[in-house]
Amino acid sequence: MKRYTKNPVGAHYGLGDWLLQRLTAVVMALYTIGFAACLLMGPPSTYADWKALFAGNFVRLATMFFFAALLYHAWVGMRDIVMDYVKPTGIRLGLQTIIGGALFFQLIWAASILWGAR
Amino acid sequence: MSSAPKPRPRYYDLNLAHLPPPGLVSIFHRVTGFLLFFPVLPALLYLLQATLGSEQGYSRWRDFFAQGGVKLVLLGFIWLYAHHFWAGIRYLLLDVHWGIDKAPARASANAVLALGVITTLLIGWRLW
Repeated sequence: MKRYTKNPVGAHYGLGDWLLQRLTAVVMALYTIGFAACLLMGPPSTYADWKALFAGNFVRLATMFFFAALLYHAWVGMRDIVMDYVKPTGIRLGLQTIIGGALFFQLIWAASILWGAR
Repeated sequence: MSSAPKPRPRYYDLNLAHLPPPGLVSIFHRVTGFLLFFPVLPALLYLLQATLGSEQGYSRWRDFFAQGGVKLVLLGFIWLYAHHFWAGIRYLLLDVHWGIDKAPARASANAVLALGVITTLLIGWRLW
């Protein structure tokens, strides 16, 4: 078996996105488990409960970290889908611009939801 | 002089019913990932904004999601996440060379397909 010998923490060789897709997946999986446990142990039944859940800095930061991971993960995944099915360079560039722009916008949106409307 | 590269193997039978379990997990992972990008992600952000924004927004959406038909559709979206979650865990394990032989890979693919449905049913049971 031929082994891949390039160092994943060296220069990128295209491995950076592959690795970050996995790291962001782990971040999201941990948040998902934590958030699900949180909802199971004390399901918020009123608006005040729901708002209080996101009022603490820990949950707010963790949620922001989750969305940042999600948006990067979605970028790698969507870019892979576009690269697989869309061959003409112009259309591919156009789609990737729209996808990247939409994800960037949603990153700002997530931050403004979590910090803006307090 | 190096010879021409060997042609890559191709698999043309794309009928879902003929795909082996790892193939099903793979294409579902891609399709669920796409659907989570759109429409689930913007919908999730919109709901978070609306329910955190005001008491009226919170109760309006709580009442909306209390309807049986809406809950059923919601379960479909929950399956998207559940399948993507379990399939992703399987890929992480494959990445560290856990269960990459044919038999365990097939078994873990079946486990992923089952866990996606089981998780959805458990959440459904909690929702009702």
